Amino acid sequence: MIKKKSPKTAKKATFKPVKKKVSDLFIPIKDRTTVGKPEIRVDARAKVTGDAKYTNDLCPRDAYCAKVLFSTIANGEVIKMDIEEALKVEDVVAIYTCFDVPDHEWPSAGHPFSLDPSHKDPSDRKILNKRVRIYGDDIAVVVAKNEVACDRALRLIKVEYNEFTALTNPHQAMEKDATVLHPNIAKTNAFAHTTFKKKPDFDYEKEKQIAIKKYSEENLVEVVKQYKTPHISHCHIELANSYAYIAADGKITVVSSTQIPHICRRIVADALQIGVGKVRIIKPYLGGGFGNKQDVLYEPLVAWLTTKLNGHCVYLELPRENNISGTRTRHAMEGNFKSLATKDGTLLARDVQIFSDNGGYAGHGHSIAAKCSGIVNNLYRDRQGSQVDTYSVYTNTATAAAMRAYGIPQACWFAESNVDDICHKANLDPLKFRYDNCADDTLLSGGVGFYTYGLKECMKTGAKAIGWGKKRKEYANQSGNIRHGIGMGIFIYQTAVWPISMEQDGAMLILNQDGSANLLLGATEIGQGGDTVFTQMAADACGFTFDQIHIVSTQDTDYSPFGTGAYGSRQTYVAGRAAKRAGIEFKRVILEYACKLLKRKSISGLDIVKNKIIDKKTKKKLMSVADVAIQSYYNKGDAGALAVRVQEETESNSYASGAVFVDVTVDMAFGKIKVDKLVACHDSGILINPALAKAQVQGGISMSLGFGLSEEILYDEKTAKPLNNNLLDYKIPTAMDSIDSEIHFIQLEDPSAPYGNKALGEPPAILPSVAIRNAILNATGVAFDQAPMTPQRLVEGFKASGLI
Amino acid sequence: MYDIKSFYEAKNVEDAVEALQKDENAIIISGGTDVLVKVREGKDAGKSLVSIHEIEDLKGVEIDNDGTIFIKSATVFYDITNNDIIKKHIDFLGDACDEVGGPQIRNMGTIGGNICNGATSADSASSMQVLNAKAILKGPNGTREVNVVKDFYIGPGRTVKDRSEVCLGFKIEKKEYEGFKGSYLKYGKRKSMEIATLGCAVMLKLEDDNKTISDFKIAYAVAAPTPIRCPQTEQFAKGQDVTNEIFLKELANKAFSECNPRSSWRASKEFREQIIKELAKRATTKAYEKCVGKYKKEVSVTC
Repeated sequence: MIKKKSPKTAKKATFKPVKKKVSDLFIPIKDRTTVGKPEIRVDARAKVTGDAKYTNDLCPRDAYCAKVLFSTIANGEVIKMDIEEALKVEDVVAIYTCFDVPDHEWPSAGHPFSLDPSHKDPSDRKILNKRVRIYGDDIAVVVAKNEVACDRALRLIKVEYNEFTALTNPHQAMEKDATVLHPNIAKTNAFAHTTFKKKPDFDYEKEKQIAIKKYSEENLVEVVKQYKTPHISHCHIELANSYAYIAADGKITVVSSTQIPHICRRIVADALQIGVGKVRIIKPYLGGGFGNKQDVLYEPLVAWLTTKLNGHCVYLELPRENNISGTRTRHAMEGNFKSLATKDGTLLARDVQIFSDNGGYAGHGHSIAAKCSGIVNNLYRDRQGSQVDTYSVYTNTATAAAMRAYGIPQACWFAESNVDDICHKANLDPLKFRYDNCADDTLLSGGVGFYTYGLKECMKTGAKAIGWGKKRKEYANQSGNIRHGIGMGIFIYQTAVWPISMEQDGAMLILNQDGSANLLLGATEIGQGGDTVFTQMAADACGFTFDQIHIVSTQDTDYSPFGTGAYGSRQTYVAGRAAKRAGIEFKRVILEYACKLLKRKSISGLDIVKNKIIDKKTKKKLMSVADVAIQSYYNKGDAGALAVRVQEETESNSYASGAVFVDVTVDMAFGKIKVDKLVACHDSGILINPALAKAQVQGGISMSLGFGLSEEILYDEKTAKPLNNNLLDYKIPTAMDSIDSEIHFIQLEDPSAPYGNKALGEPPAILPSVAIRNAILNATGVAFDQAPMTPQRLVEGFKASGLI
Repeated sequence: MYDIKSFYEAKNVEDAVEALQKDENAIIISGGTDVLVKVREGKDAGKSLVSIHEIEDLKGVEIDNDGTIFIKSATVFYDITNNDIIKKHIDFLGDACDEVGGPQIRNMGTIGGNICNGATSADSASSMQVLNAKAILKGPNGTREVNVVKDFYIGPGRTVKDRSEVCLGFKIEKKEYEGFKGSYLKYGKRKSMEIATLGCAVMLKLEDDNKTISDFKIAYAVAAPTPIRCPQTEQFAKGQDVTNEIFLKELANKAFSECNPRSSWRASKEFREQIIKELAKRATTKAYEKCVGKYKKEVSVTC
C-alpha cells in the first residue's frame, strides 16, 4: 500500500515563531568582537600545507584492504557464487559473500532516530545483498593484505544470477508487472505518496472553472508542462572511505569520513545488532561530503569484517566509479505542472505531480521528495489554492538520498521554470510576477515561517545589480546566431529540520592553564568552515578572543558531545546555539571562580572582555582569565579545573531566502552557454564570517552550473548499467568552467538564531541553473525543461524551433 | 597500487625493442597516463611494462637544414606547447597539446602515446593529419616510416605499430607547413579535463589578395572511427574566397559528407553533424584570422 498522509493546510493564525525565548542568549551586535569578522579559517594552515590528516592518512600500515564485488546486473538475485579460485590468490585473507552476512536489515539514513514508529526510516539494507537492486550492488567482499590481491581475487569470483527486467525510471517501476524491489517496505515500488494542498477541498479543474467565470477565458493563461532533473553525483574529492578495528578496550572502533559520527555509531550498532556503547566512531578531517556522507555507507561492512577477523584493522575505500554510481545521488525527478494565472499577472492555481526516482534503496526515504514538494507549494501564493502530489519510487538506478539543498534544486527547477513559462506565454515581466506572487512574510507551513523576511529585498538588490529593466529591453528583439538573455529565480529554504526531526547539539568548553579554552562539539567540520564559525560564536559568548579558543576538530563518540552532524543548513543555527550557550555558561563559571579570588559577593558586577575579568561599571581590568585558570587548576583547597558541557535542543526553524540573476550569451549553432554575469543575493540573516559565507555561495554556484549545464549520471535504458560513472565522462565543471559572481547579503537579525543567522550552507546550490534556463528562454524564446541543458539538448531545441 | 608483473627501465631504444621482443606480455610505458588507467581498470592488469621514460634521445623537437621538423615521441605535451620551433612554425599543434586533460596529464603524457594509442579522440591527432606527419617506428626488423594519414590507422584504437616497435617520433616536411596558418578547435562539454566530442584542425594558405585560398587542409577527430582528413573538401576549397559566408557553408556541408560520425550516449549523430559543420567554418575562420593578423589568442581553444 502507498502510504498516504492527510493533506496539510496552511494555518491562518498570525505567525508567532519564537517558541523558546532566546533573550538570555542575546548578545548585541556592538558587543561582538569576532562574530561578523572574516576570520581566517582555523584549519587553513593544516589544509594548505597538507598537515591535516584524513581517514586514509590515519589508517594503520598493517591494515587489511577490503574490496567489494559489485553486481553486474541491476535487478535480480544472486543464486550461486564460486570463490574457490579467488581464495587461492596470494595474500587473500578472506572472502565473504552475500550468503555469509546476518539476515538483518537496517536503515542507512543520517537522520536522528525517530521515537515515532510511523516516522522511522525504512530498514532496507543488509551488509551485503543477495537481492540485487542496483547495477553495482554489494554482493561480496574480498579482504587481502593489499589492493592488488583484492583486485585479482575479485576478477576470479564467479557469480550466477537470476535476472529480472531492470527498472530505469519511476514510471516503469510503477507498472503493474514490475518486480517489487522491497516487498517488506511497501507492496509497490512507489513506497510513499504525499499530497500537499493549500486548502483541503482544492481541485484544479474546479478552480479553473471558477476562474473562467470570474475572469473569462481570454484573460487567463494556462501552462501545462513537464520538467525534469537528472541523477547527480556529489563528487566530493575524498572518496567514501573508512576502517575498523577492535581496540584494546573491546570496542569496535570505526574511523570514517562521515558527516554524522554519532548517527553512524547508532546505525553501525543496529547493523551489527550490538549495543551502541560497544561502538566508537572517530571522524577526522573530511574532504567533502555534500550529503553523500550523511548516509551510513560502508561503515557497517568494515565494522562487521573486523569482528570476523579477530579485530584486525580493515580498510575500505570505494573506487570513484562506485562513488558515483553506488553510494548516493541527488534524486532525478519529474514535475508535471498545470498552472493558471491571470494575464495581468496573478497566480491563481497550480496542480503538480512529482515523481522522484529513489533508486534501489530508500536512503532518506520520502523526506527529500516531500521537502521538494513543500517548497514547490510554498514558494508562491496561488490565490485559489494548489495541490502537489509526490511519489517516491524505488527503481534500479543508484540510490538517491541527501545532497546539498535536499530536493530544492529540483523544486526550484520546476517552480521557477514554470513561472517563467507563464510569463513568457502571457508576456509578463518575470521579476514583477515573482514580486507580486512569491511567498511573503506571513508564510507558515508545518510550523515554520520567516522570522525575518528578505526575499523581496534580495529581488530588488539583484535586479538593480544585473540591470534588469534595461537589459530586458536591450535583449528584446535579437537576430543572428549569438543571443543574449537575462534570467532569474527565487528560493525559500528551511534552515534546520525541526519540527520534523529533533534538533539538538552539544558543546563543551574546558579552560586550559594558560587561560585559553578547548572547544569540543558534536557538530562536524566537512570543509564548509564549521570549526571556524563555532570558534567565533563560542569566543564572543564567553568574552574570549578568537585565538584563545582551540577547537577540537575530530569527533570521537567516546568523548565528543552528542550532536547529530552536518546536514541541512542546520549546524550554525543549532550547534551554534550550543556553542553560544556553552560560552555563556563558561563565562559564568569563570566569573564565579574569579569572584572568590576577588573577594566579591556576586558576579553581577563582573564581565569578561577580551580574555580579561573587568569591572562592568568602571571597565577596569581586575585580573586576566589566565590568572583565574592557573588558580583553578592548582589552588590547594579550592582546586577545580573549570569546564562546562551543554546539550542544547533547538525548537524553532526559520526560512532563509534569496534570488539569483544571470546575464548569458547563447551560441545556438554550437549549443554553448556563457554566463557573462551572475548576481546571487541571500537573505541568510547575520553572517558569522563574511569570507566563509562568500566562499559557500561561490561553491554553490559551481555546483548549480553543473546541475544546469553538464552533470547527469546516464544509464543504459535496458540494463540500468551506469554509462558515465567516471570523472571524465561525468561532467562536473572544472575551475576553467567556473564563473566570477557578484554576491550580496541582506543581513536581517533572526531572533530565533544564536547570532541572527539563517541557512547558507545549501541554498547557494539551488538557483543558478534555473536562472540560466530562464535567461536562455529570454534570449531565444526556447524553453528547455530538462536539466542539464547539455550542448546536444540545446542544439536539438534550437533546431526544433527553427533557429539553426 | 597497480597490478604490474614487472617494470623494466630501458637504457635506449634498442634495449626497449629487445625487452619487448623477449616478453610477449610486455607493453611500452612512457608517461603512463593511458597505460596505468588500463592497468587499473583490469584490462592490462598483470602486464610487464617496458619503460622508455628515461630515454633522452626520445625527447625534444628538432628542425634540420631543409626545414623538416622532427617531434620525438616521448616529448610531453607541455614541452611541445612551449617549444620555440612549434610556436614558430606549427603553433596550432601546440594549442592542441595544451588542451589535453589537465596540467598534470600534460606534464606526463607524451605525443607518441597520444598518436600510437590510435584513439580517434586524440587531441594531437587531427593536427598531425593536416601536417601529413610520418611516424618513425623502430622494431626488431629495423626502422620504417609510416604516413599517419594514409597508412597508420587500421581501426578504432588500432594502428599498424607492432607491440614490439618503438615510435621514435614524427617527421613533418617543410612543404607541409610553409606559408600556412593553422588552427585547432576542440569541442567538449567543459573547458578542461575533457575528451573531445569533436576536434578539427585546419591549415590555410592564402593568395596575395589575402582572401583567395591557395591551399587548404582539414582533418577531424571523433568524426569517424579514426582521425580523418577530408581530401574532397580540401580540393573544393582551393581558389575560393575564404571570407565568403556561402563558401563557408558549402565547405561545412562538404566536410560533413566526408565524415562518418556515429551515435553513442556521448553524442548523437545529428548533434555531431551540427558540430562538424560549425567546426569547419570556425576553424577555417580562425586560420584566416591568423593569416591576416586579426587573431587574438584565447586562454583555451576548447569550445
